[in-house]
Amino acid sequence: MTSASAAFNLTDVRAKAKAARAELEPPPWIASPAVSGMALEDGAINKSMLQFIWQKPGKQWLGLLGLGMAGIGLLVFSIAVTVVGGIGMWGNNIPVGWGWGITNFVWWIGIGHAGTLISAILLLFQQKWRTSINRFAEAMTLFAVVCAALFPVLHTGRPWLAIYWLFPYPNTMWMWPNFKSALMWDVFAVSTYGTTSLLYWFLGLIPDFASLRDASVGKRQRMIYGMLALGWTGSARAWNHYKIAYLILAGIATPLVLSVHTIVSFDFAVSVIPGWHTTIFPPYFVAGAVFSGFAMVITLMIPMRKFMKLEHVVTMRHLELMTKVILVTGMIVSYGYLAEHFAAWYSGNQFEYFVFYNRRNGPYKFIFWLMVTCNVVTPNIFWFAKARTSLAIMWIASIAINVGMWCERFVIIVTSLHRDFLTSSWAIFTPTWVDISLYVGTLSLFGTLLLLFVRYVPAIAVSEVKELAVEMNHAAQGASDGASQHGPHGVPAGVPAAPLSGKEG
Amino acid sequence: MGSWKVAEKTFVLGEFRDTATLLSAGRALREANLGKLDAYSPYPVHGIEEALAIPKSIVPRIALTGGMMGVIGGYSLQYWCNVIDYPINVGGRPLHGFPSNIPITFESGILLTALSIFFGSMFLFGLPRPYHPVFESEAFRSASLDRFWLSIESDLLPQDLESHEEKLRALGAVHVETVRGAIE
Repeated sequence: MTSASAAFNLTDVRAKAKAARAELEPPPWIASPAVSGMALEDGAINKSMLQFIWQKPGKQWLGLLGLGMAGIGLLVFSIAVTVVGGIGMWGNNIPVGWGWGITNFVWWIGIGHAGTLISAILLLFQQKWRTSINRFAEAMTLFAVVCAALFPVLHTGRPWLAIYWLFPYPNTMWMWPNFKSALMWDVFAVSTYGTTSLLYWFLGLIPDFASLRDASVGKRQRMIYGMLALGWTGSARAWNHYKIAYLILAGIATPLVLSVHTIVSFDFAVSVIPGWHTTIFPPYFVAGAVFSGFAMVITLMIPMRKFMKLEHVVTMRHLELMTKVILVTGMIVSYGYLAEHFAAWYSGNQFEYFVFYNRRNGPYKFIFWLMVTCNVVTPNIFWFAKARTSLAIMWIASIAINVGMWCERFVIIVTSLHRDFLTSSWAIFTPTWVDISLYVGTLSLFGTLLLLFVRYVPAIAVSEVKELAVEMNHAAQGASDGASQHGPHGVPAGVPAAPLSGKEG
Repeated sequence: MGSWKVAEKTFVLGEFRDTATLLSAGRALREANLGKLDAYSPYPVHGIEEALAIPKSIVPRIALTGGMMGVIGGYSLQYWCNVIDYPINVGGRPLHGFPSNIPITFESGILLTALSIFFGSMFLFGLPRPYHPVFESEAFRSASLDRFWLSIESDLLPQDLESHEEKLRALGAVHVETVRGAIE
């Protein structure tokens, strides 16, 4: 009896809080003058979002592309050096068997996570503001996974043999991998993640490729986009399957993205190395991934929306909401650090205690404190509305967070390894030029892929924005005929629509 | 020679400016029972399935089947490899470790769900299909941009379908066109 009344009160409180918040904060696409523009016709939306694709490439774009290509050259060269010379070309040693390679791997995978979070989790939570940024974020995921996958493959030392070490395929020796190894879990997690992200991204792109095909003027463009659209007609019978397919893919991408970084953290957590062997790793890795991923979205979105003239689609509200996600995940990450150091002290285990003492005061203390500054101190700036709406502050903060998250992975890997149980085997890790070139090379690869993406593929989910625009028009006209009750691709949207019509009335 | 069936079909197409007219026209055409109907739009139009009596999608069932296959397949793969075909004693650990098989079972469940959704829906869409008779109409380009189209599919020749064109116009179509082409 008591529990029932308590539950009733709780719902009541929650509803009240929701109403109060709705009053304070109307849905993001209302407050800003035009996420796709209330008054814009579908045709105009199309034009404004696809204009960048039809324009001649500018000098800046070509310049950046050249720079990226040079970086890819460096990447190819350093891969060749690694393959020919072996892992000895890297700074790795014994006891630091995992140096920059795994640091970069975890960092890149983390960057990718924001894409899935934005496109899948926010879709399921009916956060419609995601519509303008999801396609770009998904592309970011895909390219980040490509960069990430490179490192463990190279780290095997002999990538041409790694195929039978890593994948269970019937080889001539009839040997199978040991599935009890966390590294095998990682192979499955990352390859599933890459594949699912690619399929989800491409499925979302098909209607937009059809838009490009039909809006194109040149024959060559029409042919290329026609092939990419696979013959999509926009048939209601196809949309019927499409809506549900997209929704289920989003539904499975959500546990997937959580599982991927959880499994990445298992690479560390299931070992017996002090500093790695801890149960807080999975949630703390996932939060860190989202934290760094959103920071990367902001770092890239700010220049992109300016150069591509997409300020009307990716508005200040979008950026502000992303800074809030950064603030929340930043707090979780800070808690993770605190918990780790507390647990090490409280455990009374001298090895555990020493690893964390060594992080704070050892030879890599500079990187540790840089990490604390970037990841614990920096996000707090987003408590202030001024910082959340200033492009310059948010851009600088987002870069600091990217740096901080890279340092976090470095600190976890190197400081846990370099002074292990036996003092006689202690060593210092220093990266070689090959390490640095590989990292710079993947940054260039990532940048180049993104440049090509924004140039040749609709970087905004056009069909979803159109649907949202229509829905907004409906809502604005006070039409509550049910059409306004549906979000992108037919996802039911109860909550955000309600305060809208309330405001009108 | 082969059994690849290629039949000529006629499509009477009507272009509409807004979804409300599209929906009412769709309903009226379904009641008139003129032939297989379809609608084309830049984004999914809410209510079109009811208007055209399009059956519920079977994608969820495909996804479930794929997912189950992934889970069962993923677990059996690990069991078969590590217990039956190539047992290795690593520090005396049991050959069959249930908890350590979970991550890969989960991932292969997701992987097969994703693959079956993608390829299953491609099959249901009938894609890739580079040619469709509706592409014969140059005006049909607007179907992916900012207009809504309805089509009536028929085996008859275009000249016998003028009454359908009239009907579409009467229902509010701003542009009407009849196309004919091969469709498998």
